[in-house]
Amino acid sequence: MQVNGYKPLIVAFCCNWCSYAGADLAGNNRLNYPADVKIIRVPCSCRVNPMFVLRAFQRGADGVIICGCHPGDCHYTSGNYYTRRRMALLFSMLDYLGIERERTRVEWVSAAEGAKFAATMNEFTETVAALGENKRLEDLRCKQ
Amino acid sequence: MRKCSLDSLNAIFTRINQFAKLYLPVNGNDGKAAYTEWQEGLEWSNALNTTKSPKDFFFPQTEDLMAFRTSGKNIEIIDTRKESEDFVVFGVRACDVKSFEVLDNVFLKEPYDSYYANRREHGIIISVACTRPADTCFCKTFGIDPAKPQGDISVWKTANELYWQSNTDRGAALLDKIADLTEECGTEAVEEQQQQINKIMAKLPLANLTTDGWGAGKTQELFDHPKWAELSEACLGCGTCTFVCPTCQCYDIKDFNSGKGVIRFRCWDSCMYSDFTKMSAGQPRLTQKERFRQRFMHKLVYYPENNNGMFSCVGCGRCLAKCPISMNIAKVMKTIGGKDND
Amino acid sequence: MQTVTREQLINKAVALLADGTVKCVLGWKKGEFDYDVTPAVFETEEEIRADFVWNDFCGANFSKYLVAKTRQFDGKILVFLKPCDTYSFNQLLTEHRFDRDKVYAVGIPCAGMADISKIKEICGDGISSIEADGDYLSVTTIYDDQPIKVEIKEVLAERCLNCKSKKHVAYDELLGEEGDVIDSNRFDEVAQLEAMTPDERFAFWQKELSRCIRCNACRDVCPACTCEKCVFDNPNSGVENKSPANSFEEKMFHIIRAFHVAGRCTDCGECSRVCPQHIPLHLLNRKFIKDINEFYGEYQAGAQEGSRAPVVDYTTEDLEPGEVFDRRDTNA
Repeated sequence: MQVNGYKPLIVAFCCNWCSYAGADLAGNNRLNYPADVKIIRVPCSCRVNPMFVLRAFQRGADGVIICGCHPGDCHYTSGNYYTRRRMALLFSMLDYLGIERERTRVEWVSAAEGAKFAATMNEFTETVAALGENKRLEDLRCKQ
Repeated sequence: MRKCSLDSLNAIFTRINQFAKLYLPVNGNDGKAAYTEWQEGLEWSNALNTTKSPKDFFFPQTEDLMAFRTSGKNIEIIDTRKESEDFVVFGVRACDVKSFEVLDNVFLKEPYDSYYANRREHGIIISVACTRPADTCFCKTFGIDPAKPQGDISVWKTANELYWQSNTDRGAALLDKIADLTEECGTEAVEEQQQQINKIMAKLPLANLTTDGWGAGKTQELFDHPKWAELSEACLGCGTCTFVCPTCQCYDIKDFNSGKGVIRFRCWDSCMYSDFTKMSAGQPRLTQKERFRQRFMHKLVYYPENNNGMFSCVGCGRCLAKCPISMNIAKVMKTIGGKDND
Repeated sequence: MQTVTREQLINKAVALLADGTVKCVLGWKKGEFDYDVTPAVFETEEEIRADFVWNDFCGANFSKYLVAKTRQFDGKILVFLKPCDTYSFNQLLTEHRFDRDKVYAVGIPCAGMADISKIKEICGDGISSIEADGDYLSVTTIYDDQPIKVEIKEVLAERCLNCKSKKHVAYDELLGEEGDVIDSNRFDEVAQLEAMTPDERFAFWQKELSRCIRCNACRDVCPACTCEKCVFDNPNSGVENKSPANSFEEKMFHIIRAFHVAGRCTDCGECSRVCPQHIPLHLLNRKFIKDINEFYGEYQAGAQEGSRAPVVDYTTEDLEPGEVFDRRDTNA
């Protein structure tokens, strides 16, 4: 995925039980999604501390997406409900600080939704590519 | 001595800026003064002091020391030091000028700090006399005369004019460069202002604060003073006093792993912090009382012991104005010091 | 003008000490000037009569001190709480941070506290005394022959201008009159920022946060920040830093701190009061409070002891993170 020769780096936090399996399915079905999406497997989407999101941006991510089981389907019953509240508040705060809201996203992807996973990653990468490089939450020391 | 009208100040700043970067106190968007790089349109603040002291110019809050890059089995060591260009700091108060001397005693003695020395060699200090000292000022306690500020050049500001006096060769050279914008003059106006300042100094609330009871050789007597517990009981353990202080010089050296290499940097540290001087056995000062005591014992006992009796406080009053719980060095000096303070 | 007097507080403290109800008193201690009041523990009547003060500069919130002081002293501690302090008090109790049985809380009405930096903007430096005079402060400086009269409401701290409540939500005993929860305008400034473009908001915060010197005063004074070891002080956390090396680290610290106290922050305003660089930190906390109110229903931390903060709660019908913006855009 390139826009004017620029390839964004995307960090995707995927829950072990649904979204990571969804990513696997996308691969098994030979569905294409950008190689610039770096997947980090977490036991549950609610394992994602707000600090992880900021650290991903610090270390060079241009977009961060968190994927978990659909609400009601959490392997641990309610983890993703907490994710939903936390990330709603965190993303709203990042927007309040003037950081582009399109750089962050939460998507619910089940183990059966390989196609949705690929489509989501394609679409998200395209959105971030259009925004260009992350300048507002960057740490120049990591870019030297 | 030379003088110029205040109207020509802009032209002088423009001239200085042609051969060196110029920094001066300018009011920021919070209405408080901070040292700012001069550019056309900026106005010299009337504030007595900046929130952060000018020690940043020589001993910045964070500073890269070196970097490492690895490739295969090789480690490349990169010298990140940059030779400073000359710069001019304008509007430094007498207390802050004195603070540079305190820092010099630390950084320019063995082990010699080349990072600090590099900046010090390239900085030209233009000081200004204080016509309106604040209630929190007590520089006189440490023998500093705000009517006769030191530095490469001293400046006195009157209602319409600015008087310039060089104290060093570097200062004289700078005055030469603005000679066409200033004129030779007598010292009467400055002397009158100095008398005025001395009168005000005598009226300040802390005019009679003395260092009596403090100084070299007092460690045994003061270390276990019963009042330390009471003085420190409300201390939050934040670093406000340390970071606004012009003479606090403790730092930590850390490595930042950027993923591609390592940047070794130093940053200010505060003896008020729980993670100060952390060693294998942890922080040697276990409670806030010990950390609090360290800060004042260092300024008023240990430093004088190592530096011929010179105290490492200059009475700028920043900590008095900024401490969240209003505990400060003046209260400590009065409570624990000699009876002259009663 | 405060409605209860210093004498009333002193008499109350002395009486409770004398009859053995309490072992010590947490109160405000006279400083070097008339405005630099220090929190202190008083253990004898003499100390109280000599140094206890109650005036327009007693802004310090004592709730957090109870965490350490209740462990330090045997027996009860008398603490004086202004209405906003009682919210922090309740919040700390909700989090089981101190033993309620070791505290005797006396609620006192508050007419708002003055901000010394606002007074200095009007009167200049060189203040030698400040005396309360009805609705005015009489400020004497070494530069003026006559005292300067300053109306108190002109120099109230920001948090007091936008006071959210004059009601005490926790106490053992109340001095003076009970007040009411106020329908304040405290979210107006947040709404103004929200109405700006992202570029303007970014520029605003960049300017404000770039002044941060990471002294940690905001964190150390915060009654919601009572972790035994803060992640930013822990060398093993990977994010520990002692001073911000760049603008990322400034943002990181303030975003994470605000997030960590989201749902627990009572909006007492201590962070903005103590900031040596005058960064409007309350605007970060109020953003979270405003969002929580809008997304999950009205919630005031500390209003009710034992209440469950919305950040550690959920419903199956909550709005999706993506809908947050759709919602605001249609509202705008």
